[in-house]
Amino acid sequence: MNLSVISTRNLLRRKGKATFILAGLVIGVATTVGILTYVNAVSSDILHKLEQYGANILITPQTESLALGYGGLALGGVSFELEEIRQSDLARLEHIPYAGNIAAVGPVVLGVASVEDTRILMAGIDFSVSHILKPWWQVQGNMPAVGEVLLGADAARVLNLNTGDMLPVKGVLMPVSGVIANTGSQDDALAFVHLEDAQALFNKQGLVSMVEIAALCKDCPIVEMVGYIKEALPDANVMAIAQVVKTRMEMLGHFKRFAYWISAVILFIGGLVVLVTMMGSVRERTSEIGIFRAVGFRRRHIMKIVFLESGMLSLLAGLAGYGLGLAFAFAALVAEADGQSVQIPFSGEMAAGAVFLAIALGLAASIYPAFLAARMDPNDALRAL
Amino acid sequence: MSYIIARDLSKTFGAGQAAVKAVSNISFEIASGEFVSIMGESGSGKSTLLGILGAMNAPTSGRLVVDGIDIYGLNVEKQADFRREYLGFVFQGFHLVPYLTVLENVMLPLAVMPLGKKRKQQMASHALSQVGLAEKAFRLPGEISGGEKERTAMARAIVNEPPILLADEPSGNLDSKNSAELMALFEKFNASGMTIIMVTHSMECAAYAKRRMIISDGRLKSDYFPASNAA
Repeated sequence: MNLSVISTRNLLRRKGKATFILAGLVIGVATTVGILTYVNAVSSDILHKLEQYGANILITPQTESLALGYGGLALGGVSFELEEIRQSDLARLEHIPYAGNIAAVGPVVLGVASVEDTRILMAGIDFSVSHILKPWWQVQGNMPAVGEVLLGADAARVLNLNTGDMLPVKGVLMPVSGVIANTGSQDDALAFVHLEDAQALFNKQGLVSMVEIAALCKDCPIVEMVGYIKEALPDANVMAIAQVVKTRMEMLGHFKRFAYWISAVILFIGGLVVLVTMMGSVRERTSEIGIFRAVGFRRRHIMKIVFLESGMLSLLAGLAGYGLGLAFAFAALVAEADGQSVQIPFSGEMAAGAVFLAIALGLAASIYPAFLAARMDPNDALRAL
Repeated sequence: MSYIIARDLSKTFGAGQAAVKAVSNISFEIASGEFVSIMGESGSGKSTLLGILGAMNAPTSGRLVVDGIDIYGLNVEKQADFRREYLGFVFQGFHLVPYLTVLENVMLPLAVMPLGKKRKQQMASHALSQVGLAEKAFRLPGEISGGEKERTAMARAIVNEPPILLADEPSGNLDSKNSAELMALFEKFNASGMTIIMVTHSMECAAYAKRRMIISDGRLKSDYFPASNAA
């Protein structure tokens, strides 16, 4: 028989109140864990994209119309119907400072073609640098030779074509050399052909719609390179994809701060629930506290009983809140994943943090009720019966 | 030699015109091993006096010394230690903790003492067997009779073998048979050297005490040793 037995028995006896306190803490902790896990997962996804793109640079024609989404990222305004970049101008890139850091220059010609009743976006690219610019591609079949076409996963599905089939484009039958496995990007909806084939098909000889550039180094002066490219191609927009991602990260930072505030408010409310319930519980137990004091319990023993009760509930709430928070985050990510697999790794740090947070919150909210209980006059407490 | 010395104990509740003097300048001395009953009408101040003797209700003025310790010169935590080491309480309403078993209720004063689990259980079992309740050790208070509850409260009061037992209307909720059994226990513990101070309305119960104090309007009206005891 010790104080923990008294606390445990009391919790088991007052299940309703214990459940209420538990629920208050679990909701607070689960919300915080859920939000943090979700934000971390989204952040790491964006960071992953940032790493995939490295210091890639995108050159687009200077226009203020038609936004282009590409690679899952909303990139600036590009018009592939109205304005083009002269392919010959790209030779100037070989002479800019830091030209040695350029690993690949990938001109892209975009055009829309009709295949029977379906309109499809075709992209003419330089397949000799696609392994640098599109390292995530997994081609089922072969890379296309001149005159052949490589289909994105969705394009192949919609057109009901497979490797070896023929794609009729503007009166030309192009054999399908392969299909790109699902990438989760807009590449899935495209048909890729050699640059010269696209220029011929869309009558854009010597022109390109956009240019993708892969810079070699991790710490190369990307901002300066963008400046030099702009000088070399004054009629084009030049932007570092890293900057786009960076902007997203900044937006995510704002969202993170907002999420932290929401979590703080919910935790505060959880703390209030604990405070009010514990106060009620202490008042209900006036006579018991009187007995404890009469038989020789010190004030600190009474406080210890209250803290043990809230501590035990908080520990449970921390564990349950962590599990529930992970489940919330997983459900939210699955809902947004659009069929892609979602993984949330177990984080010992987060679990320990959740338990620590729950215990700290539970104990902090119990300070005043514990103080009230300890200050009760034993004589008054016994007379309350 | 006096074990308990009360000097000019007074207790006033409220202030100004609403002030009520519950205990007024009461003085007495009690030797170790005495069995004292305190009698008086309702509202006479006897329970207030017992609260003062129990280190739970500080007097407005006066001094209480037990075993050489000036009780109200101690801070509240030391007063709690004093209660634990020197006093056993038996209340009229039993005051058992409803979610603890009979054995655990008896062990309550031991919960904050630095003793092993086994030792605590041995002491509680011994106390229960002294009051004849060993077989009900694992029942909850809601599962035993009024007389058994009172005996549980008695076992709790003596479990740490305190030198003083304070009882407030211990037979108030009991029938005559259970009341007589309880008084027999009081006599037994008094015979073993325990000092007993019992507040009661009942003449039958008071007759078991060797000394009788009568309180009226907060004052000690009489303090005497009856010629013979009922027992």
